[in-house]
Amino acid sequence: MGRGPSPLTQRLLLLLLRRAASAAPDKMPAVSKGDGMRGLAVFISDIRNCKSKEAEIKRINKELANIRSKFKGDKALDGYSKKKYVCKLLFIFLLGHDIDFGHMEAVNLLSSNKYTEKQIGYLFISVLVNSNSDLIRLINNGIKNDLTSRNPTFMNLALHCIANVGSREMAEAFAAEIPRILVAGSVIQLLAPLSAADQPIRAVVLVVLHHGQREGVVTAATSLITTLAQKSPDDFKTSVSLAVARLSRIVTSASIDLQDYTYYFVAAPWLSVKLLRLLQCYPPPEDAALRGRLTECLETILNKAQEPPKSKKVQHSNAKNAVLFEAISLIIHHDSEPTLLVRACNQLGQFLQHRETNLRYLALESMCTLASSEFSHEAVKTHIETVINALKTERDVSVRQRAVDLLYAMCDRSNAKQIVAEMLSYLETADYSIREEIVLKVAILAEKYAVDYTWYVDTILNLIRIAGDYVSDEVWYRVIQIVINRDDVQGYAAKTVFEALQAPACHENLVKVGGYILGEFGNLIAGDSRSSPLVQFNLLHSKFHLCSVPTRALLLSAYIKFINLFPEVKATIQEVLRSDSQLRNADVELQQRAVEYLRLSCIASTDILATVLEEMPPFPERESSILAKLKRKKGPGNLPDIDDTRRSVNGNTEHNNNNTETTAKVSSDLLALSPAPSAGASLLVDVFSESSAPAAADVYEDNFARFVCKNNGVLYENQLLQIGLKSEYRQNLGRMYVFYGNKTSTQFLSFTASVGSPDPLNTHILHPVDPTVDGGAQVQQILNIECLSDFTEAPVLNIQFRYGGTLQSIAVKLPIMLNKFFQPTEMMSQDFFQRWKQLGAPQQEVQKIFKAKHPMDTEVTKAKIIGFGAALLDGVDPNPANFVGAGVIHTKSTQVGCLLRLEPNTQAQMYRLTLRTSRDSVSQRLCDLLSEQF
Amino acid sequence: MIKAILIFNNHGKPRLIRFYQYFAEDLQQQIIRETFHLVSKRDDNVCNFLEGGSLIGGSDYKLIYRHYATLYFVFCVDSSESELGILDLIQVFVETLDKCFENVCELDLIFHMDKVHYILQEVVMGGMVLETNMNEIVAQVELQNRMEKSEGGLSAAPARAVSAVKNMNLPEIPRNINIGDINIKVPSLSPF
Repeated sequence: MGRGPSPLTQRLLLLLLRRAASAAPDKMPAVSKGDGMRGLAVFISDIRNCKSKEAEIKRINKELANIRSKFKGDKALDGYSKKKYVCKLLFIFLLGHDIDFGHMEAVNLLSSNKYTEKQIGYLFISVLVNSNSDLIRLINNGIKNDLTSRNPTFMNLALHCIANVGSREMAEAFAAEIPRILVAGSVIQLLAPLSAADQPIRAVVLVVLHHGQREGVVTAATSLITTLAQKSPDDFKTSVSLAVARLSRIVTSASIDLQDYTYYFVAAPWLSVKLLRLLQCYPPPEDAALRGRLTECLETILNKAQEPPKSKKVQHSNAKNAVLFEAISLIIHHDSEPTLLVRACNQLGQFLQHRETNLRYLALESMCTLASSEFSHEAVKTHIETVINALKTERDVSVRQRAVDLLYAMCDRSNAKQIVAEMLSYLETADYSIREEIVLKVAILAEKYAVDYTWYVDTILNLIRIAGDYVSDEVWYRVIQIVINRDDVQGYAAKTVFEALQAPACHENLVKVGGYILGEFGNLIAGDSRSSPLVQFNLLHSKFHLCSVPTRALLLSAYIKFINLFPEVKATIQEVLRSDSQLRNADVELQQRAVEYLRLSCIASTDILATVLEEMPPFPERESSILAKLKRKKGPGNLPDIDDTRRSVNGNTEHNNNNTETTAKVSSDLLALSPAPSAGASLLVDVFSESSAPAAADVYEDNFARFVCKNNGVLYENQLLQIGLKSEYRQNLGRMYVFYGNKTSTQFLSFTASVGSPDPLNTHILHPVDPTVDGGAQVQQILNIECLSDFTEAPVLNIQFRYGGTLQSIAVKLPIMLNKFFQPTEMMSQDFFQRWKQLGAPQQEVQKIFKAKHPMDTEVTKAKIIGFGAALLDGVDPNPANFVGAGVIHTKSTQVGCLLRLEPNTQAQMYRLTLRTSRDSVSQRLCDLLSEQF
Repeated sequence: MIKAILIFNNHGKPRLIRFYQYFAEDLQQQIIRETFHLVSKRDDNVCNFLEGGSLIGGSDYKLIYRHYATLYFVFCVDSSESELGILDLIQVFVETLDKCFENVCELDLIFHMDKVHYILQEVVMGGMVLETNMNEIVAQVELQNRMEKSEGGLSAAPARAVSAVKNMNLPEIPRNINIGDINIKVPSLSPF
């Protein structure tokens, strides 16, 4: 890197630059201050001179190509060029272009001996390399070299990199090294991202906190302890007394003592803030002396706030107040000293009217937490007028939002009406981004502090009127729940919604509430001729055509309720339901409701109607669904806890959710207005869901035995699917063709077939089947089979596919049995008996006597034995009625010779089957298989 | 903890980005755009804090920013940082830049991106505030500069020479001269 031009040149150039900058902020001459990397400066100037985005991209691509070719080129680049190119890449990255190369070069720079090259290498890595990069090992290596290099500068660079990347691997790789290095340098900081709270670190940082001379190091140590203390508070309890001691030294010192860290006449503000943060990890100290000392500190900080400022600069007041706000947070956190709390509250009250917007913002925010303390709640309430004023006059939306939060937090029964009214009027002009939250807050406060529920109903209807779009479903569900559960407001609610619906344009949410409430309680106001049943119906129906499908569905349900409530309008309503626009509505849900309601009204007797369409039962009382929603919105913990909502009137989350879930399946989103149809719907759904559950199919093996003596045929068949087989075997190998026939006219989707075979068999599917099988089509699958050794268990074919939306799953036992690997052996009578005698050991022979299941036909029996795979030997057995066979079972590992003899007894309709093989398990298996065939 | 430090100009062009938590590259750019959108529409004398945009973590995070002439300095921090403290930190950072660059302006940030990063590294490391004493920071930066110079003295001399010659626009020197050549031909050419 260059020494740079002389100061004079520098000044001149700067002036030149400044003029250029002020004239045209995006242009400049192609000269920089003239440090070494001229190419970089030229490139940057080029980019800045680009007139269009396209030109810029073109220039960048050119440069990228250039750098890439340089990196790939044969000529080894010197450190300087590498540094220059890496710098260019950094700049390109800053402009938002992906950099997919150069990482390796940056890593190489780490091993350079030059400080500047190393530095840029580390910079590139910490900006661009993400922590799960493949290069992390190489990087770690470079870091390790630098850490052990005894060059403090290199060590610092390495430490910086660890801290900035802060990945788990790095933490693990270096956790042991770092505490050793940690002597006096400013390196403590980087421990914080590493979560290891092991002994050496703890000892070291606590010592630093206690004895550390340099404030910067202590600040860093405090951050670290705070992080660690949050993870394991018990291990760092001792830090409390140390922190208090430190704090008291700072607070009581004359500002000259800490010259270096005095910032605009405030002694070590950052350290104070960090110490106060640390103390917020713990409850108030138990030790009286310590506690007294801390209280003294806090009082001093509060006192200082009242002193005249030592400087007019905003930095002075900022630094002072940063400490003050942190002290107030600590006071609120401890929540134990009433005098301090009230003083804090008064201090915040002053800030509420401060001309500095930042302070007003922070004051509102702190007061929010203060409001939840029983000691200061009343004190906070005295500021209500100021806060309301802030809501009205504050120019900054983020400050107004804090004001809303504070109003919400300070609300209680005494001021609820005022606060709700103010929030409602603010809602009309509120920023769109916070409207929904305000709506939720108003709804909650209105419900929580409602003494008289007519006020509640009015408030919610106002909400819908003012900010209907922001009233979420939970809010209007809630008002309905409350009206249904409280007899005393039902009449009033019916009257109010009826009046509200008179407005020529009203929000759809109001139509929903109106439809529901009139459907349930319209009878309560029907006595008045101005709101007679017919008038009510016509009013609702006049909104019908402007509404969305879910609302229309709800209105249809309201109509059927009307039929029950007011028999006199039955004909009118039936007429409406019968119209083509209802009965033939394109929407399934609306059509279904229209058809069902119409039939219901025609068929059912008055008694049945009255039972089916009875008033909704009260909702069970659970946590308010809107409160839950607000909590979701704000995230847990952010909401000042408005106590025991469970005591509030009624309502629940689950009820609603259940209903929406079931009805949602039939494309609607309604409260279960009338039990009949929605119950029907969910029943239907249940029927579907039952059949859609993939039946845990048993393995089908009915046809298995049929294939013992033959190789082709139909293996499986149901209404949907037919599976046919063709197979051929040679020695220990076999090939099976499986045919899947779709018997329906509909496509099978996601069709899969797989084979699970026992160990001694190798089955291998040659082609996976096509995932769709058209209606009436047949697809073929080929299996290659290899027999490794003798086996009993047959493989299972698993088939799955989707038919008409439901998953079908079939498992069939594949007829691959040991005798398929039989090779017939012809032999003479003499040979046969010789071998028969050789296989005389008791375990080699298996004999079975069994009753004939089929007619005893000689030809059929012969065919079966041949089909079984053995050679049928004529004229071997002295008794011509007996059958004798011989063959060899081929497996990959061995060959097993088999002899068999079948003696029929026609009189007794019995057979005796004898098998002799060189292996007992084979004898047994063959005997089992063959004996089933006669 | 500080999650990200973003510096962009009045048109939303990023001048320095530093994330202390991993975000994919394209997401980083989206965050810059979102933040610019949030910050730039605010008047100059409203408060300096606002809730973070949805991309960077929503209301759990605060954006603390200052607007100097053509540049916005935005720090995205979690709830463990003091708002006013960070606000002062931005001030310290900018004052330090000012000292290091002598009347810092946007162009300094553009052409000395690496330097700005190094200065920032003296102030914030791994998302933690490292040093707040301006004199200390400036001393460290000067130390760095001295080291650079001591290393770069030889290798940079030719570059300076080229730059000086080009600025003088001397016709007899070919434009695309290579550094090695000039070192031989005009070895004693000195800067102004």
